[in-house]
Amino acid sequence: MRTTPSQTVGPFYSIGLCRRSDDVLDPDGVELHGTLFDGRGDPVRDAMVEVWDPAAGSWGRSSTDGEGRFRFRIRPDAEVLETFVFARGLLRHQRTRIHLGDARAAEDPTLVAVPMDDGFLFDIRMQGEQATLFFAH
Amino acid sequence: MTDPYDGPVVLPDDPSLGPEVQVDFPGYRSTRWRAPSRPLATLPEELHALRGPVFGESTLDPLDNDLTSQHDGEPIGERISVSGRVLDDGGRPIRGALVEIWQANACGRYRHEVDQHPAPLDPNFSGAGRCLTDDDGRYTFTTIKPGAYPWGNHPNAWRPAHIHFSLFGRAFEQRLVTQMYFPGDPLFPYDPIFNAIRDPKSRELLLARFDLATTQPEWSLAFEWDIVLRSTPFEGEHA
Repeated sequence: MRTTPSQTVGPFYSIGLCRRSDDVLDPDGVELHGTLFDGRGDPVRDAMVEVWDPAAGSWGRSSTDGEGRFRFRIRPDAEVLETFVFARGLLRHQRTRIHLGDARAAEDPTLVAVPMDDGFLFDIRMQGEQATLFFAH
Repeated sequence: MTDPYDGPVVLPDDPSLGPEVQVDFPGYRSTRWRAPSRPLATLPEELHALRGPVFGESTLDPLDNDLTSQHDGEPIGERISVSGRVLDDGGRPIRGALVEIWQANACGRYRHEVDQHPAPLDPNFSGAGRCLTDDDGRYTFTTIKPGAYPWGNHPNAWRPAHIHFSLFGRAFEQRLVTQMYFPGDPLFPYDPIFNAIRDPKSRELLLARFDLATTQPEWSLAFEWDIVLRSTPFEGEHA
């Protein structure tokens, strides 16, 4: 059977997908935050990021805010988060990986989260010189 | 730019990615600065068989699958049921799949602060629902038929009536967000989002089927729509 094609989440996804707060993977964890940027370097204010910590079986979803920022509370010793990006203008969601542990395990420098005092920073760039590596899926 | 990633790559719009959408479809203007431009990396083999999150009954509220019963009064519009099965591409049912939907009201207006279409909001309609598929992979929603609405993509642009669907299967790879359309909509030829799907036969997979057999007399019209996710090693397991 043919698989059902993807369509964009559009600008109004939050009424269906963000009715409850789903951004805590570990209540005792540390913060992971970042900004999603479009090809002009502008923050994307109507996007959604989902992360999955397969080693812990915990999942989270964060809508970007008025400054294009997403944020999660994650396990302090998480190694890698499998990540999806959804947005108006994205006809298919994009898959990437956020490496939090050994940077040498990362497929690309853009997939390494930056340790901060209070957790990790991971910006996502859809296009441009510093574009995040996405995976065919 | 020299690409630091030195593994196998495919272009973001390689048709070998499936019967899929052209992610930088020029007719849909927002793709221009948002579709990935960098070649895509090949996913490590073991990640194709990665399990995804499992959602249980605790995810749901009692009236989540009846969008006409979430307020004191009934919403305005044509009452409809939308149901179908979630299957893998071998035709096997996917049990316990989380199905989330959202939609405009009968006038084509979303209950969202960004939606400024000058059509009335309906105090009795929020436009969101969710459910889990049963042992047969079946989901069912009761709702009202959404209206078409204008958008700013190009002069006189209107979206065909649609319901947004979000799905989680058993595997992480089965994640899907898409839109269900209604048969016979005159706006199809003009909608760049619908037409970004390359193959006309694949576009038809997004059309629900009117079903007289399950239409409830004196009550509601029925639409049937099956959703097919790719196969994974996990089908056949019980949720």
